Amino acid sequence: MAALSEAAVRQIEEICDRYQDTATPLIMILSDIQNEFGYVPPEVQEVVSRKTGISPAKIYGVVTFYSFFSLEPNGKYVIGCCLGTACYVKGAQKVIDRFSQLLGIEPGQTTPDGMFTLDALRCIGACGIAPAVSVNGKVYPKITEADVPGIIEEYRTREAEGGATA
Amino acid sequence: MGFMTIDGRRVEFTDEPNILAVIRKAGIDIPTLCYHSKLSVYGACRLCTCEYDNGRTFSSCSEKPADGLVIYTNTPRLINYRRTILELMLASHDRDCTTCLRSGECELQNLARRLSVKEVRFENYRRHLPVDSSSPSIVRDPNKCILCGDCVRMCENVQKVSAIDIANRGMKAIVTPAFGKNLGESDCVNCGQCRVVCPTSAISIHSAVSLVMKELADPDTYVVAQVAPAVRVAIGDMLGLNHGDNNMGKLVAVLHRLGFDEVYDTTYGADLTVMEEAAEFLERIRSHGTLPLFTSCCPAWVKFCEDRYPELFDNLSTCRSPQAMFGAVIRQYYREHRDQMKCKRRLVSVSIMPCTAKKAEILRPESHTFGEQDIDYVLTTTEISAMIERTGYRFDQIEPEAPDVPFGVGSGGGVIFGVTGGVTEAVLRRITAGRSRQDMEAIKSSGVRGRDGIKEFTVNYEGHELRIAVVSGLANADTVMQRVRSGEVHYDLIEVMACPSGCINGGGQPVGTVKSSTDQRIAGLYKADVNYQIQRSNDNPLVIALYDGMLKGREHTLLHRNFSHKR
Repeated sequence: MAALSEAAVRQIEEICDRYQDTATPLIMILSDIQNEFGYVPPEVQEVVSRKTGISPAKIYGVVTFYSFFSLEPNGKYVIGCCLGTACYVKGAQKVIDRFSQLLGIEPGQTTPDGMFTLDALRCIGACGIAPAVSVNGKVYPKITEADVPGIIEEYRTREAEGGATA
Repeated sequence: MGFMTIDGRRVEFTDEPNILAVIRKAGIDIPTLCYHSKLSVYGACRLCTCEYDNGRTFSSCSEKPADGLVIYTNTPRLINYRRTILELMLASHDRDCTTCLRSGECELQNLARRLSVKEVRFENYRRHLPVDSSSPSIVRDPNKCILCGDCVRMCENVQKVSAIDIANRGMKAIVTPAFGKNLGESDCVNCGQCRVVCPTSAISIHSAVSLVMKELADPDTYVVAQVAPAVRVAIGDMLGLNHGDNNMGKLVAVLHRLGFDEVYDTTYGADLTVMEEAAEFLERIRSHGTLPLFTSCCPAWVKFCEDRYPELFDNLSTCRSPQAMFGAVIRQYYREHRDQMKCKRRLVSVSIMPCTAKKAEILRPESHTFGEQDIDYVLTTTEISAMIERTGYRFDQIEPEAPDVPFGVGSGGGVIFGVTGGVTEAVLRRITAGRSRQDMEAIKSSGVRGRDGIKEFTVNYEGHELRIAVVSGLANADTVMQRVRSGEVHYDLIEVMACPSGCINGGGQPVGTVKSSTDQRIAGLYKADVNYQIQRSNDNPLVIALYDGMLKGREHTLLHRNFSHKR
């Protein structure tokens, strides 16, 4: 575990201070950290614990309960496969399995080059276009197994051409 | 206040916090696995589900009683629900009942029997997870866990330690210290209260039974035991005797049979603690030293204080605990008397305790003297019961025997150490000039007794008003510490025991379906006190003899911790 820089510790403490007057501030603090740092590793949780007096075990429980929080940095492109009921019955499991196979990672993991993170999402409210896949917020409708290589290729090509974000 | 109709019968309710309590008052033992009256309501196990007359179901632990309610507790539909819930729990449980150490005393097993669950229709989806035996006190086996959350709430609500919580979700949910670490690396203070409320063996005692059995069988060892006060009033629980009875005599006899060469009474160690702690207290008052003085008998409290209130470390008494003082004295005695012993066997010092934290205490620096660890093993009440059961010695039939000399005599002041307020009461007996029955009665009724988690009272000592707080449960201790730190309150002496009501409810005591009540255990100890000829520790002739002999000039080396600040 790398030690945090003083600046990072100050930033985390500043985030904690934003919610001083909130009765149950933990989720707000953690989501600000997730948004600003991209992940909430143990050493950051320790700082939040010291600052708020909430035990590390409880904070770890919250971070691991909500899929929005991650303990490790996400890849540059976060691929979210919806596995909600509608997507699932339309074959979303096959779609996510194909991503898994082509990227060589399990859902929740990030490729070693830091390019892709694969996430299994519960319903994203796009049941009309099931199965749905989102990449950094851009939604791809009615995806089949056969579409998967194309989506990956799209972002690989974009990287090769200069790496503009989606 | 009002009336409810439960299964067609009118039941009055008054201040019951929830419908479940009313149902139980009406003589119906609705099953639960996550409900404890001392903990916050969680509503996780759903076994207490009942039905309103309109057919709507609800969990009775989390609904308030109301006048005119009509409810049913045992319709075929509800029985079916409860059995299905148990089946689902069993589908993720390892079900190795025959080889499980809680077999026969397991609440899950007991409910499966009560509800006649004869088969589990669901596929077993248990993952094999590693067992965590990193702590010297507690073993966690997640394969036995049913996620009732009792341990988590005990650790958080009652002890304010919060070393564990539920992490992950769904089928991957697990009770764990932060970041998936082992318990040995966490903030755990080893009190074992999580194990007291665990309905299964997901949390159990880190057993030393096999190691001690091996030492007993070794012809080259000389094995001595010391038995703590709270053990004698709980040992009968698992062995079929009356709850709360003082079974010290039988225990001594059975320990001799098991092969212990000498059996001593930790009450003697407690008497030494009274002498030292009273002296330290008076000295701090005289010299305007650091006050309030915190007692240091309870290793879970000492660790809590070190971790959470390092700035108050100097308030902790420098006295070792009774176990540790006695451990040092026993080892020193055998160092000096080796030649007089019949043979020169290796000394093995075992202590028999109600407490899981004592297992961690013997490893600490203040439990070492002249570079040697004073005590080799700690066995809890539960472990010694298991040893007795294993051998088949009939505890109910065995004739009582007296503990051995020279450390077999304790005082009443020593024996009440096992209950909250006992240390304070014994110290007050020590510093009071009078020794009459009236003097003892006055101390008894000063406010020192009773089950309240925080007791505050004053006692007059040579013109001083001594302000005293007696605390049990670490959440209560935390409240008092915050008030002390902020200067809101001023005390001269604070006694803290980590476990609610003291050592009688220690983490190593019998639990589950067999255990006696707190009141029975407390009554047992106070009865033992009355039966001692000597009430005050300083009147114990064997204590006086030790101070005049072996201890002369060595009080500090043997009876106090020899380091200042841990950090």
